[in-house]
Amino acid sequence: MPQLETTPELRTETMTVNMGPQHPSTHGVLRLVLELSGETVVNADTTVGYLHTGIEKTAEQKKWQQVIPLVERMDYLGAQSNSLAFCLAVEKLLGVEMPDRVTDIRVLIAELQRIASHLVWMATHALEIGAVSVMMYCFRERELLLNINEMLAGFRMFPSYLRIGGLREDLPADFHKTVKEFLDRFGPKLDEYEGLLTRNQIWLKRTKGVGVLSMQDTLDYGLVGPIARAAGVAYDVRRAFPYLGYDTYEFDVPVGSAGDVYDRYLVRVEEMRQSASISRQALERITPRGVYDIQDYRIVPPPKDKVYTEMEALIQHFLIYSQGFTVPAGEAYVPVEGPRGEHGFSIVSDGTNRPYRIKLRAPSFYACQGLPKLIVGGMIADVIAVIGSTDVVMGDVDR
Amino acid sequence: MDSTAIIDALLRENPGDPSWFEPVDSADGMPTVYVLAEHLVDTCRVLRDSPELRFVLLADITAVDYLPRTPRFEVIYLLVCPGTSGFGTTPRRLRLKVRLPAGATIPTVSTVWPAANWAERELYDMFGIVVEGHPDLRRILMPEDWEGHPGLRDYPVQIKMPVKTYEPLQLTEQEFVANIETARSQSHRE
Repeated sequence: MPQLETTPELRTETMTVNMGPQHPSTHGVLRLVLELSGETVVNADTTVGYLHTGIEKTAEQKKWQQVIPLVERMDYLGAQSNSLAFCLAVEKLLGVEMPDRVTDIRVLIAELQRIASHLVWMATHALEIGAVSVMMYCFRERELLLNINEMLAGFRMFPSYLRIGGLREDLPADFHKTVKEFLDRFGPKLDEYEGLLTRNQIWLKRTKGVGVLSMQDTLDYGLVGPIARAAGVAYDVRRAFPYLGYDTYEFDVPVGSAGDVYDRYLVRVEEMRQSASISRQALERITPRGVYDIQDYRIVPPPKDKVYTEMEALIQHFLIYSQGFTVPAGEAYVPVEGPRGEHGFSIVSDGTNRPYRIKLRAPSFYACQGLPKLIVGGMIADVIAVIGSTDVVMGDVDR
Repeated sequence: MDSTAIIDALLRENPGDPSWFEPVDSADGMPTVYVLAEHLVDTCRVLRDSPELRFVLLADITAVDYLPRTPRFEVIYLLVCPGTSGFGTTPRRLRLKVRLPAGATIPTVSTVWPAANWAERELYDMFGIVVEGHPDLRRILMPEDWEGHPGLRDYPVQIKMPVKTYEPLQLTEQEFVANIETARSQSHRE
């Protein structure tokens, strides 16, 4: 009987797969080089920088108040959380205190911004895992928030409504009614979306136990924000280092325990509820008309009717628009709790009318750095779920 | 806890010379301490591990270029003690600063906080500060063949640079087939 040739030994070699930079689920232009063994990811290399626009360098050439539209374009889903952090830092250096009404309006705007950002996250995250209808619904609600932005400042994504020293102008007519209508509508709608996902068998199978990160790891990698809270670290800047009078609002900091994709989902959904509750409290405190800046006309432009009638106001108006204002020399870092975690600007002033240096503490930058930690050892199909759950915004990473 | 109290706690944990540290006032009221570059890593380790301090979180690393002052750079480490879930008792912040002359290197703190890895790459990318002992010191935001470090104050910003384009890898059909066959024969031989 002739000797049968045995099949050669099973080949076990890894395969390198390039994912991105133009992959629809990478939330912008993130490139991952994955090394796969079968369907398991054994190594991952992250490349960022495709969206680097040098905003921090550009800001050094601009006057202080010209920086606001620039920084809003960094984290483009949480635009007003950027400008809020920047304004607070500059105001810290200027040593000015905002009137209560301005502070309350800022809280309202920051919380609505958080809801808008989380809605986009939920929409895209669900879409990537296969729940297409959730995407349609979330974008419908976000549209209403963009309409509110349009009401405020005429610009939907980057309103530049928050200014150093207050707000751009007073609230528009019918603002209270519109926001209240949105909040009344949003609560039941959110329950409906949760009904689509939270107990959904497919959703649970795709998210539970996937991309697990321990408490220690989240802190080691600087992933504070919803990712750390899902792992059990109850750190929220609004609680730990209260700003804008957040200590006078009633709200819970939702905390998970498993640190997986599912818990991150639960934490963010609950955060939206809390944000809606804070928005309601803030809305009650805000009067429809009132002061909207510090009325120090060395920092904010004087009202137009005064500019037309008073010499002093005309001079101040001219100075603000030609030379800006100077900020005392020094260094400030004021963190805020953005939709993605701790957001804060380190700003340095040399006492002139232009920033000496600004630097954003970008939560997505650190989330991107932690990605290999989350996806290595998992399945390739889970990579998409994990990237979605970290809620990275590439504009925030690359700045 | 102000900056002098933090220095006292540091010296209690890790006996050293008080002249290594220098407390300063900052405009935003955050405790600020200067440390000598050669004692940076030890200090960071104590700041993270000491039960009194527990700065377990590195929020950010950034640098400021104070041209023409000497020393030229200040590297800033923003540290946080979250004060919850077993990580410290009260939330605290600390700004740790290192003065760095032009051309000097700084030791890596990515051994203390893994989060420092990319932040230090950005430091190198933007300011050309070489981080000694870093596991993977490459540019991160700028292209790898970029000239200069854009964070520097003397980096020209008003000049026009030609747009650089890259040609895709061009292979003839014969080269393509040859490549495939070499790869195939190699993998069979193994």
